[in-house]
Amino acid sequence: MINGHETLLSSQTPEMTRRNRSASLWQAIFFGAIVIGIIMLMVLLATIVNQAFGLVIIVDKVPAAALSDRPLEELSREELTTILQNRLSKNRFKTIQRDHAIETMPLSDLVNLVIDNVVQPQVKKSYPLLQSILNRSEILELAKSDYPDARVEFRSWLNRRFLTSTMSPRPETAGVRTAIMGSALLILITIVVAFPLGVGAAIYLEEYADSRRWINRVIQTNIDNLAGVPSIIYGILGLAIFVRALEPLTSGAAFGVVGQNGRTVLSAGLTMALLILPILIINAQEAIRAVPNSLRQASYGLGATKWQTIWFHVLPVALPGILTGTILAVSRAIGETAPLIIVGASTLIMKDPDGVFSSFTALPIQIYNWTTRPQDTFRNIAAAAILVLLALLLSLNAAAILLRNRFSRQ
Amino acid sequence: MENQMNHQPQDGQFAIQASHMDIYYGNFRAVKDCSLEVLPRKITAIIGPSGCGKSTVLRAFNRMNDFIPGCRVEGGILFHGQNIYAPDVDPVQVRKLIGMVFQKPNPFPKSIYENVAWGARINGYTGNMDDLVEETLVKAALWDEVKDNLKKSALALSGGQQQRLCIARALAVKPEIILMDEPCSALDPIATLKIEDLMRELSSNYTIIIVTHNMQQAARASDYTAFFTMDPDRSGIMVEYGETSQLFTRPRDQRTEDYITGRFG
Amino acid sequence: MTSIARENLFKAPSRMEFLKKRFRKLEFGIQAFLFFCGFVSILTTIGIVFELGKESLLFFQTPGVNLVEFFTTTTWQPSIGQYGVLPLVTSTLMTSTFAMLIALPLGLAAAIYLSEYADPKVRKVLKPILEILAGIPTVVYGYFALTFMTPLLRGIFGQQTVQIYNTLSAGLVMGIMILPLVASMSEDALRAVPRALREAAYGVGATKLETSIQVVLPAALSGIVAAFIIGISRAVGETMIVAVAAGAGPKFTFNPFEGAETMTGYIARISGGDLSYDTPDYNSIFAIGLLLFVITLGLNIISRTISRRFREVYE
Repeated sequence: MINGHETLLSSQTPEMTRRNRSASLWQAIFFGAIVIGIIMLMVLLATIVNQAFGLVIIVDKVPAAALSDRPLEELSREELTTILQNRLSKNRFKTIQRDHAIETMPLSDLVNLVIDNVVQPQVKKSYPLLQSILNRSEILELAKSDYPDARVEFRSWLNRRFLTSTMSPRPETAGVRTAIMGSALLILITIVVAFPLGVGAAIYLEEYADSRRWINRVIQTNIDNLAGVPSIIYGILGLAIFVRALEPLTSGAAFGVVGQNGRTVLSAGLTMALLILPILIINAQEAIRAVPNSLRQASYGLGATKWQTIWFHVLPVALPGILTGTILAVSRAIGETAPLIIVGASTLIMKDPDGVFSSFTALPIQIYNWTTRPQDTFRNIAAAAILVLLALLLSLNAAAILLRNRFSRQ
Repeated sequence: MENQMNHQPQDGQFAIQASHMDIYYGNFRAVKDCSLEVLPRKITAIIGPSGCGKSTVLRAFNRMNDFIPGCRVEGGILFHGQNIYAPDVDPVQVRKLIGMVFQKPNPFPKSIYENVAWGARINGYTGNMDDLVEETLVKAALWDEVKDNLKKSALALSGGQQQRLCIARALAVKPEIILMDEPCSALDPIATLKIEDLMRELSSNYTIIIVTHNMQQAARASDYTAFFTMDPDRSGIMVEYGETSQLFTRPRDQRTEDYITGRFG
Repeated sequence: MTSIARENLFKAPSRMEFLKKRFRKLEFGIQAFLFFCGFVSILTTIGIVFELGKESLLFFQTPGVNLVEFFTTTTWQPSIGQYGVLPLVTSTLMTSTFAMLIALPLGLAAAIYLSEYADPKVRKVLKPILEILAGIPTVVYGYFALTFMTPLLRGIFGQQTVQIYNTLSAGLVMGIMILPLVASMSEDALRAVPRALREAAYGVGATKLETSIQVVLPAALSGIVAAFIIGISRAVGETMIVAVAAGAGPKFTFNPFEGAETMTGYIARISGGDLSYDTPDYNSIFAIGLLLFVITLGLNIISRTISRRFREVYE
């Protein structure tokens, strides 16, 4: 009898062994799903890094050695100007003189000008990072046999020039400055419009709205539904309303701006604001709901009005939560691409946006555009632009997490 | 006492007076036909088993029930000859004259000074704020403990100190009546003692209505006591109201006696 | 009494007067503004429905377009007057199916692990990683599909079989994108199941696996179904991955290795070009947008109804 009980409690019975084995198998499978997710994230990041760095085979149209016996970086302003004058057609030189202040621009920029216009380096072939490391010698050999004049160098496609130069049809010289400024302006407009509207709606729904009245129930349900509408639909809405119907306003024509159509950064910003509004409202509602009711009662008990209570007591306490929610909503807007395509962000824009009524490009639009080009080198700069975008999102999210932690410690 | 309760009240005789008041949550009648005349500058305690509507009645006196969706008050509460539930009465103004101290200390997450000053400021106080804060904190018997730390967060105070700060905060608005909803239930005995002493001090200038679940507290600290209980239909009714000494020694109603002698439930 | 009265009332002449209701302009103005803020969402919905409806009506009045052919014929070629939306719908169906084949099992398994197995410390590390996956912009997933998934598929199945643009690659990557959404919503549903239910199962000698699968999972089923439906809706509405990787040009095919344009991909391509107003092309993106809106809205409403029922059971 005692013996029987021992067997009963032991995990060694055939039945328990079977059950335990299947249990650990399934536990491994459940955990495996998460591992797959994490691996995919790693692979995704690796793919991008892999494309953003690597060996390139470069052929100069005019080798730098043919221009001067010293490296270009050591030449004086006069010498560089002379090279430009001698090597370029009169018209081309005049254009450059008009676009750039040769006499005053930093010397390093002038060197870049000479490189872009005279030396004209062309990336004949580019290799991803992994291949560059593993097959380095083969690549060097191939370069020697196929491109005798070529230089092989290790290139980080994400570099200072990439961040500071404007868009260009040539991947070697293209940069994301215009796109970054476009994205920044776009987000600024989005925040300016969406933040007050979103927080206002959240305050209304949490503090004023009597949920027994049909209109308030409709508003709440409607917001929940809008949060699930695909972003491309917002793009279509923006195209119909902001770009087309409100063209006189969004193009700036009503304010004396000439020669612009409705496809402005303002239209895009308004569209984006509508897009993130539901998420922003829902996040802000949660933050406001988390404010303890005792605080409101204390305030009302002193004879405060509703707005005094909200302004002096509810909002200050809810603010960190509201800001965190806003940052999360805004980081969605930064990466959104589809609505921008629809409302007409242009891809080949060299001029920085100079106001809300300018046409513009944005970081995700550039990434999309470069990704869909056939040449490998566009793939490289797309990867570099993705790194910029991810860095931007990462810092925003880090800010949100810091804010949340500071909030929860109090 | 009996006489007082039955004759027609003259204006000014009572600090505040509920007459034939019913309070509903939706369709549920939480308080039934409550008439309660509160005498000025006295402490009136409301006692009774939990769920009998004590807090609901208390919150009716300064219209805090307005914030509970579906809650409505029928009958009325007379304050300076005015029914505070009349349509042309502003609940915000009512609360300026009838302050409230809550069950759990709920100071604002601001400095001690700001806690006291804020209510006065939004109510248009234009005098010297430092003086008002000091005067009020002295009245609330808190000044000596906090006078060097007025800029410190109120949340750093102990529970008892927080509750006295909440009383100071209510005093700073210069109310006539202070409602206290079980103000000591979250406090330790020493802090409770301090609040009870403070109530006694304040009763020379203010009318105090206190809800308490603690009969000793009611017996010790109040001048008048109202006993509430639950009707079979679960709505609260006032059983007996009278001088505290009389109610606790010679209750007129069997239900009161059962409750105060612990034979209840 | 009078002395108290005087210090009581900072401004009021008499107490009766003091209690009188006053009109607070600021309070009223603010409340009106806040209501307007809430009402903007209603205006947004009205805007969407009105614009999509109006332009779709214009589209169906275009010569050569009729509602029956729109839903039944299999060629979409506006240039030669063929307006059958089926190829766009079937390719949307394909990419979404592939996505859900990835996202459903993986998402549910991950949710079970996080909710039933992971101890709080591990969970605190794993969850944010999945959240990163959810925060990556979809255009980056598109890039990933084109530069990683497609070459991988071509390596496995052969360069001849798999086209550069194909619905499988886009669908699989979309599945990875949707995985965290399904996982986190399913996890919420699993965690909402009361502990008492688990303890009851343990109490009759069930193992953790048996408890999780046979007791907790069925109890959370409607919440999980709601998560799945939201996942499908997300897949149907996703644009950038398919615009980059699924192929340009509508094609009526069920071959996962061939390129075929989805509804969203079509809208993105058409409006990306120089689109002139009031052409059949312009109107057609509204008609397809309307179809997309109806499908996703329907899925969202179903999901929300199911999850509300689920919450009612446990709250």
